[in-house]
Amino acid sequence: MAKLELKNLRKHFDHNVIPVKDVSVNVNDGEFLTLLGPSGCGKSTLLRMIAGLDQPTQGQVILGGEDLTNIPPGKRNMAMVFQSYALYPHMTVSENISTSLKLRKVDSIEIEKRVNDVSNRLGIQHLLERKPGQLSGGQRQRVALARALVRNPDVFLLDEPLSNLDALLREQVRADLKQLFESQQKPVVYVTHDQTEAMTLSSKIAVLYDGYLQQLASPSEIYMQPANRFVAGFVGSPQMNLLTLDCQENQAILGEFSLTLPYLPTSPKAVVFGIRPEDVSLGEEADGDIVEGQVYLMEDLGKEKLLSVRINGSEQTLRAVIPADQLWESEQVKLSLSRKQMHWFDLESGDRLN
Amino acid sequence: MTVANQSSETDKTSPINWGRILLWIGVILTIIFCLAPVLWQLLTSLKTNESISTIPNVYFPSLDQLTFQHYQSLGWHFLRYVFNSALVSLTSTLLCLGVGAPAAYTLTRLKIPGENVILGFVLIISLFPYVLLFLGLLEIVKFMGLGNNYIALIIPYTAINLPLTILVLRSFFQQLPKDLEDSAKIDGYGTVGMLLQIVVPMTIPALVTTGILTFIFAWNEFIFALTFITREEMYTIPVAVAQIGGASIFEIPYGPIAAATVTGTIPLVILVLMFQRRIVQGITAGAVKG
Repeated sequence: MAKLELKNLRKHFDHNVIPVKDVSVNVNDGEFLTLLGPSGCGKSTLLRMIAGLDQPTQGQVILGGEDLTNIPPGKRNMAMVFQSYALYPHMTVSENISTSLKLRKVDSIEIEKRVNDVSNRLGIQHLLERKPGQLSGGQRQRVALARALVRNPDVFLLDEPLSNLDALLREQVRADLKQLFESQQKPVVYVTHDQTEAMTLSSKIAVLYDGYLQQLASPSEIYMQPANRFVAGFVGSPQMNLLTLDCQENQAILGEFSLTLPYLPTSPKAVVFGIRPEDVSLGEEADGDIVEGQVYLMEDLGKEKLLSVRINGSEQTLRAVIPADQLWESEQVKLSLSRKQMHWFDLESGDRLN
Repeated sequence: MTVANQSSETDKTSPINWGRILLWIGVILTIIFCLAPVLWQLLTSLKTNESISTIPNVYFPSLDQLTFQHYQSLGWHFLRYVFNSALVSLTSTLLCLGVGAPAAYTLTRLKIPGENVILGFVLIISLFPYVLLFLGLLEIVKFMGLGNNYIALIIPYTAINLPLTILVLRSFFQQLPKDLEDSAKIDGYGTVGMLLQIVVPMTIPALVTTGILTFIFAWNEFIFALTFITREEMYTIPVAVAQIGGASIFEIPYGPIAAATVTGTIPLVILVLMFQRRIVQGITAGAVKG
């Protein structure tokens, strides 16, 4: 049906406040794009510009080849689900859902049919005569979703819709959302700071930081091949080990040990080395570089343990994730760093080197 | 091992809860203090002239000391004054809300340069002792020939209450979640539709509270009403009550005055009782995030 294009979007409020500096992304039918980033990275502002609630200072929003810059939010045929759900408190659930259709002068029989369809699908048909104040958080969220679905819009926009739900409910709704939008086959733009939501729901993730796009790729590529130091540190829990190491020719020095740098055009003086805790194992592995250190902290995560190890000869710490039942004899342990899972980043720019 | 409920020895003889007794005494005394003047007026309006001036005071009159004579002496003519008061108060309240609410909304949502200056002006106006304004207004009324015209009362009442209305409504609008207006825009509401169908219904508690305050002020206002209206059939209630004279200048007609006061207060009481739920909502709105 329609392709959503964002071209060089920029937004500044004051001379100093520039939440979005230069972002370009495309979203096709059936694609689920997540805007992922920490608070203040500009993702909500970007979403509001797509919706038309804020005007971009520069750049364009294009839907199906049509420039939306001068089109008000009500006429863009987009539906949005807000973090706070934004249900009208003085209207019943069925009025909340149908109000946008009534404004567009849709035939009342059609309205009733659509409202019934959507509420049956989301399991809220028994709540239609209640007011939002009489609903639980999860129910309100489903009403907000129903309100968006009933419109059959060209694009779905969701602004952290799961943030206000408790952890258990969040998991459930996440799975429901994935199935729901897969069946809709329209572009979806989803904003969140929760990487689990981003990884499980999306077909593409746009990692944003400081108003710029850091990486645009599929979830697995973002995880396995982070484009820069920020993405590497932001995605992945427990956080990736990121160590600044001095270099001598083609070796990076980690305490008493040295790691072979990958092939680089120039030999840097220092480099940022990254390896995920799950790629650090106890003992000696054939495909890994060996380092030794002192265990000073053990955190029990239930299904695995997180060890913090201070490397001999330096103040640097490596964290390792080991199976829950694995034991070690003494505080001095050998760690094996999987060579295939090493990430190298430039010290100044943070860009990926290997 | 289960934990069982064991009654302690002290439960057998329940101790006198001094705290609660004192609380109730305090409550009752406060109620009596607040209601006493009103009840006294009510009583006076129903007592015969003799029992009003009896010494010692009659607090609980017997049946032969009660009469409806004072209400009858007011006559149906008194309703004319009630009508005048109602007209002036209602009009100035509606005008105040009709001007104040859009003003407050604009000051909240639109980022106007000089917003703080405008608010400062509004605040300064509300600080004026309004009795000082009275002389100036008198000149204006004379100049424009507005004497004995309802407008001469409606406009000053509206103007005096506008600052408070704007400030209260503005703080109310500030804590209305902006998400709802965004959602309305995306649903397809135009600006006017959004304001009338989404924002106003949510503002009703605040509108009612400020409306009631304006209404009560206009209803009870005396000085402007006394000066600007001299024709008898246009008197408002406070002025009419002040004009009730006795048979001679030595006699103060407590009975008829009390009856007039009670009649003049009843509409206010009814209004407040009708809207009391909304008033409490308005005062406590925003206390908990909804």
